Formats: sequence, C-alpha cells, structure tokens
Amino acid sequence: MSDALIEIENLSKLFREDHDMAARMAARMGMGHAPATVHAVDDVSFSIAPGEVVGLVGESGSGKSTIGRMIAGLLPATEGRILFQGADITTRNRAETKAAALQIQMIFQDPMSSLNPRMRVREIIAEAPVYHGIIKQSQAREFVADTLERVGLEATAGDRYPHQFSGGQRQRIVIARALAVSPQFLICDESVAALDVSIQAQVLNLFMRLRRELGLAYLFISHDLGVVEHISDRVVILYLGRVVEIAPTEALYSDARHPYTQALLAEVPRLSFEKRRFEPIKGEIPSPMNPPPGCHFHTRCPFAGPRCSREVPRLRHSGRRAVACHLEDGGVE
Amino acid sequence: MTAVLQVEDLKTHFFTRAGVVPAVDGVSFSVNRGEVMGLVGESGSGKTVTGFSIMGMVDKPGRIVGGRILYQGRDLASVGEREWQAIRGRHIAMIFQDPMMTLNPVLKISTQMIEAVQAHVHISKQAARERCLATLARVGIPSPAERMDAYPHQFSGGMRQRVAIAIALLHDPEVIVADEPTTALDVTIQAQILAEVQKLAETSGTALIWVTHDLSVVSSLADNIAVMYAGRIVEQGRAATVLRYPAHPYTHGLIESIPSRNKRGGDLAQIPGMTPPLLDLPQGCAFRPRCPKATEACRAEQPSRRMAAGQHARCIHPIQAAEVAQ
Repeated sequence: MSDALIEIENLSKLFREDHDMAARMAARMGMGHAPATVHAVDDVSFSIAPGEVVGLVGESGSGKSTIGRMIAGLLPATEGRILFQGADITTRNRAETKAAALQIQMIFQDPMSSLNPRMRVREIIAEAPVYHGIIKQSQAREFVADTLERVGLEATAGDRYPHQFSGGQRQRIVIARALAVSPQFLICDESVAALDVSIQAQVLNLFMRLRRELGLAYLFISHDLGVVEHISDRVVILYLGRVVEIAPTEALYSDARHPYTQALLAEVPRLSFEKRRFEPIKGEIPSPMNPPPGCHFHTRCPFAGPRCSREVPRLRHSGRRAVACHLEDGGVE
Repeated sequence: MTAVLQVEDLKTHFFTRAGVVPAVDGVSFSVNRGEVMGLVGESGSGKTVTGFSIMGMVDKPGRIVGGRILYQGRDLASVGEREWQAIRGRHIAMIFQDPMMTLNPVLKISTQMIEAVQAHVHISKQAARERCLATLARVGIPSPAERMDAYPHQFSGGMRQRVAIAIALLHDPEVIVADEPTTALDVTIQAQILAEVQKLAETSGTALIWVTHDLSVVSSLADNIAVMYAGRIVEQGRAATVLRYPAHPYTHGLIESIPSRNKRGGDLAQIPGMTPPLLDLPQGCAFRPRCPKATEACRAEQPSRRMAAGQHARCIHPIQAAEVAQ
C-alpha cells in the first residue's frame, strides 16, 4: 500500500534491564547474570490510510502504548521501520523527522500530567506553532481563540490555568494543543479512559467531528472494546507484543477469527437487561519477561494443540483481514 | 425477603474551610441476602462516600450528620469506634479499587491473613492458616499453600485483587462493600473476578454493594441498581427495570452515551455540561442545568416517586417507556 499515511514494517522493541555498578562488576568477574530483556513489541506490521481510524487493542503488557510512542518518536525502535508518507522516520534524518513530528501528535490518558500547571492555556496552545514558525507571536491571541473554539471551549479559556478546568475540559485543551500545529495524524493513548461516562461521550464526539472537518487519521489505543468499536474503521489486536488479528471493525466484532479476540469480545461487559453468567477464559496474561514459546496465547487457548507451543503462527493476510493462528493455517496438530 | 442492611436518609457532609460539602445527602436503600446492589455514579456523585459511611470509615472533616444505617437492629451511624472494630471485617467487609490499599507491602500474605482471622476469632495459628488456605482456594488462587507465603509484590494485579477479596471473605461477612474492584484490571481478569463474585453471592448468601461508574458491569451483575448524582440517589429499582425503562433523564443519558447503544461512527448521545460543584449546587433538582426536560417546576425539591415501570426516581418529568429506544 503506497498510499498509506503511516506504514509500520516489522517493528520491534526490546527493553533491556540496566545493570547497576555492582551487577556490572559481578559480570566482569564472571558471576553476573544476563540482563533481563522484554520483547515489548515483536515484529509488528500494519498501515494506516489518510483519514482512517485504526483501533489498537490489547491488555496490559501487550505493547500497545510502546507502539504508539515509537510512532510518535518518543521511543527509538529496536528494529523495523516506520514510514510516514513514504519517508522513514526512524532514521532520524533531522529535517524530515522534524517535519513528520509536527504531523504526528499524541494525546495521553491523563491531561493533568501533560499540561504545564504554571502556563496559561493561551501559552500552552501557542507555544509550538510560534516556535515552529507556523504563526507569528502577534497572531497568537486570535489563533488560540480559533483553536479553542474548534474543540468546544470559549476563547476566554485561554487566560486561565489548567487547574481551573474539569477533566473533560483539560482533555480538550490537550487536543487543542495537538491541533495547533495542524497535524494529519493523532495518536490517542487511552485518551478517554480517565473520563466520566457522560464526558467520555463528549470527547469521543469531538474526535469524530475533527476527523470529518480536518480529515485526521487516528491510531486509537485503548483497552475498551466498546469505545474502539464505535470509533474505528479497522482494529488491530495485540497479545504480548504480537499482532494476533487485524480486521475491519464490523467483520471483527461479528466474526472474530483468533481465539484470543473471541475471548476478549465475549468478556467485554456490555449493557444487558438481564443478569448473565460470566464464563471467563482461564489463566492470566503470562509475564512479558518470559512469554510462552510458540504462540504466546497457547497456555490459555481452548483450541491449543502441540503445534501451538512449538511454532510461532504467521500473520496470514486474506483480503482486508489478517490472523495469526495455526487453526487458520493448517491446524494445530 | 428481609434486608441485611438498610440505609435510611443517610447524610454525610464534609465541613471544609470553603463551606459544607453535602457529599451524601439523603440516601436510602437496602440490600437483601445474596443480592447484588449496584451503586452507580460518576466522580463526585457520592457513591464512594456512601460506601465509606457504611463501613464507618468517614474521616475528618467528614461526618455522618443524619440518617440511619440499620444492621441487625443496630444503627451503625451511631456506633462507637470500639464496637466498629468488632463489626468491620467480620460482619461487613470492604474491597477497594486498589488491592494495595488492603495489603501491607512488607508483610507476607500469610501473616496478614492470619492476623485478620485472629483479630475476630480465638483459634490457633494453625487453624487460622487452614481457614486462609481454604479461602484463597475459593477465590481461585492456584496452589494457595505455596503462594500464601509470598509477598504482595510477587503477585500480579489480578491475583492481588483476589487476595484482597479472600481477606474480605475470611469471616463470611453478611455484607461486602466493593468499591470499583475491577476498574484497574484487564478485561479477561475482570471477567474472572466477576464470575467469582457472582458465585459467591449465590452460594454464601453474602449481600454485595457494588460501587462503580460502569453501567455495563453492573448491568450483568446486579439485582438492584441505584444511580447517584450530586450526593443523591436519582433513580433506583430492579436492574432490569432501571436499564430498560430509565425514568430519570440522567440515567437515560448515561445509558444512551454508552458507545454500543449508538450507531457505529455516528455521534454519541451526550449529556451536555458537567457535574456541578457540590459547594454550589443548583436549587431543586441538581441535574436541572443539564437536563433537556427541565422546567421552572424543577427548581423545587423533588421527592423520590414510584414510576410506571416500578422503580423510584426523583423527577417530575420522567422519561416515558415509549421514549426509550430499544
């Protein structure tokens, strides 16, 4: 797909434990242990088209936030490439990276920790566009008023400080700051998870409106399958750093192929009018420090066979869908 | 059916420098044996303070200023700390959102659990240990005998929450107050805990008060639901009734804003505005400024009234069943 806005190719991230001085000395004397490594992201590939919303779903330790941070340029990739409009942004060629960095903006879960409490909202929003020469300082006031209006805040909000706003309003300020540099792509990392239900709906509606008005593409990282179903065109499901399934949203929710996706969807609490019996999948998510061999999910999978603990399933594409499961690829025996 | 716990017109206020905050202002409900009561609300609605009041754990500057909490013919609202120590943990227990609030990080699980047993019953350490093992097995901790001598940090988040639940279960309490116990957990682990809890209420007859912001979770778990807004219960009744035929516009708005209730990709139904500060509540119905049906009449105090579908709501313009999209 050459018309993709973002292409992620064989992206991996290894986190290595840093040895302290004692451990380094022990290692030198031949008594050390190998530093613990975590394969947080393991050979992940997918792409995002202009104006597309892709949901990235996984439980803790699945690597979903790490992928978001690597695309945003906050973390270097260990292996693999990230192409933005065809140009590799992992090589850190300065001019191109800077241009791409402006086009890709990230919105985090907790707005209070991503807003400087000592800056007025006006300064927070105008800082980046003025620095990058998108607007002149003299235009800042008007620019901030327009940007605030775009996210549903009053122009007077610019004179106040972040602590004077509610959680939902603060998230709007963070969104306004991201929009101030006219990005094409927003990475939303659990951006509505901390908000109350009634406020969450307001912010989700804002995301959808901005998409219509500005043609933005989103990578929507979330553990909330209900929210992802609502907002995404396509969904990528992760388990312990690997992609297990990619599918258009409707197809995924009506006909999940991977046993993990099926289990996840079965266990999402949905509004029901009757009490229902919970029948959970057994076991816990294994430690990412020491994932099971073969298919990472085989320890909890009801369909697992001998092949699953031996061989890593390939992500096989067919049409717009892809699934990494031996069941779809010749059986588990 | 007889109620295990009955809360009548409970008022818990916080006396701050800025003024009196009516965090809980006239809350009444009751829970029956083996039933799950979902106490639903957004941040600042008073749901957690209600739970803390029932546990006798309201700290200064907060104080229960009115109402009764009836348990076995006693009014817990007027019970002294000494008496509380005999009740808390034994007859009424609590599960918190963060299991590390229950667990001491520097003590072994076994030490903490045995202490919790011996605090209430005079049995030998060995007998207490047996009881702990049995309880850990009940909440689905694999090989409890080995795991029991581990420290809390050696457990995963889901396992820690199981241990916290096991501690709450040690004395087979009549009532458990659970404050968002699955909010911090992953979906698959949440489902496991919900399954355990469901089984528990059915088999041991424990009454559960499940405090949460998540309507979807309580919808499949609770027998009764009470929806709180700005310190008051605005609607309560059988879970199926409240969810299917919500009468209060706030309940209706909450249900409609759940993504799965909306057309995919379309705009979500949203409640405009935000929760009012408790120090400066609107007169009459607190939801009035955000309510699409509000009129001048809503400025008057609204008593809780019985609705057509059978639940109770504080609203003079209740949503009719015909208005609810199915």
